Amino acid sequence: MPETATTPAIQFQGVGKRFGDNVVLDGLDFSVAAGDRVTLIGPSGSGKTTILRLLMTLEEANDGLILVDGQPYTHEIRGGKRVAIPEKRRSLVRRRVGMVFQQFNLFPNMTVLENIIEAPIHVLGVPRAEAVATAEDLLDKVGLADKRDARTTQLSGGQQQRVAIARALAMEPEILLLDEVTSALDPELVADVLAVLRNIAETTDITMLIVTHEMQFAREVSNRVLMFDGGKIIEEAHPEEIFTSPKNERTQEFLRAVL
Amino acid sequence: MTETEAWSWDHAAAVLPALVDGLWITVLATVVGMVIAAVLGLFVAVVRRSGLRVVTVPVAVLVEFVRSTPLLVQLVFANLVFTQFPSLAIGCVVLGVHYATYMSEVYRAGIDAVPRGQWEAAVALDLPRRRTWTAVVLPQAIRNTLPGLGNYAISMFKETPFLFAIGVVEMYTAAQQYGGNNFRYIEAITMVGLLFLLVSYPTSLLVRRLENRLA
Repeated sequence: MPETATTPAIQFQGVGKRFGDNVVLDGLDFSVAAGDRVTLIGPSGSGKTTILRLLMTLEEANDGLILVDGQPYTHEIRGGKRVAIPEKRRSLVRRRVGMVFQQFNLFPNMTVLENIIEAPIHVLGVPRAEAVATAEDLLDKVGLADKRDARTTQLSGGQQQRVAIARALAMEPEILLLDEVTSALDPELVADVLAVLRNIAETTDITMLIVTHEMQFAREVSNRVLMFDGGKIIEEAHPEEIFTSPKNERTQEFLRAVL
Repeated sequence: MTETEAWSWDHAAAVLPALVDGLWITVLATVVGMVIAAVLGLFVAVVRRSGLRVVTVPVAVLVEFVRSTPLLVQLVFANLVFTQFPSLAIGCVVLGVHYATYMSEVYRAGIDAVPRGQWEAAVALDLPRRRTWTAVVLPQAIRNTLPGLGNYAISMFKETPFLFAIGVVEMYTAAQQYGGNNFRYIEAITMVGLLFLLVSYPTSLLVRRLENRLA
């Protein structure tokens, strides 16, 4: 619950993440306002994906706090000490965060429809008929209404990814994390997926965190771009600005390499 | 029936009804044993993945103990200890427990073969742990384990003659009894072998077809 109208949707406060000796994030501070569409760019290994995985509780931060709507999410300070928040409380925040993965990760033992209604029914307690109706609307929105009863393995990569987007949206998330969602797709299938995402960006006010190599898409959809290098934000700007006149030398180098 | 013949078709025919009766006991022991092995093996596999040392360590010790001692010894031991139960019931349970330790490894491999992304998608949807197991992981894992289950069922079927040691009249025991009563063993034992072959071979063909279909 937002405390004031200006409480950020997401806040990272001094977040550190290490894998063994490898420091991926180092005292990271940043915040994202509700409804923002933020694209994270930077060379691979710069910690972008780790940020999404921390927000999805797929990884555990070593230091610092992550807040959602101003409320501590994974850890909190109690008696001057940083302590982990129990799974039950995390779960209440986590269900408001959705994620779409590079490898789609649909459940192959379920049909397309079953994939989409699984969590609304078993997490949110939505009645089945209602969940099915919502799922059908979403399938229509991603252009796959006729694949309702298909097995996910019968779909192309682009179709699977659109189902995965519908599955994430079925939970009515406030925050949507997109982790290189077009990287595993054949080039001719990318456009359909991006069109669906563009449509979501235009018709909803979901806060979006996007990790992508599709710079044109980032430019169209996001209102903020964060450039990461070595686990830190080295530049932050509006997409028009960063793509046309990046200030940081590393950003210039990176954009020259990818554009 | 002339007793000097090397092979007597009359004896082969005469032993058959007793063997067929024994075959039912053999099949019964295999089916019940396999159900116990399948359920208990799954339980062991899931418990061993829980990461709770208070349960994983004792379970690991028990599994190692069962696997390191011969089935024959386990059967005779259990039959001596649990005298209040019928030998057939003891036989089924011992077969089931023995094979559960092997089945748990098949399940473990099946669970490990479920990609990490499946667990991650379940977390991203905030599915409860229990639901993740029952709706996502196990349906995929068990599909991977079906051929293993079939192969162990055949293997258990062929080990049922050990029930002889605790006096269960399955096929092999029936043949021994016929041999003892008539002083003719060769026909009875040959027919036992043929009956085993008659059941095992088509079953193994079925399992192989299943393997190919799932591959």
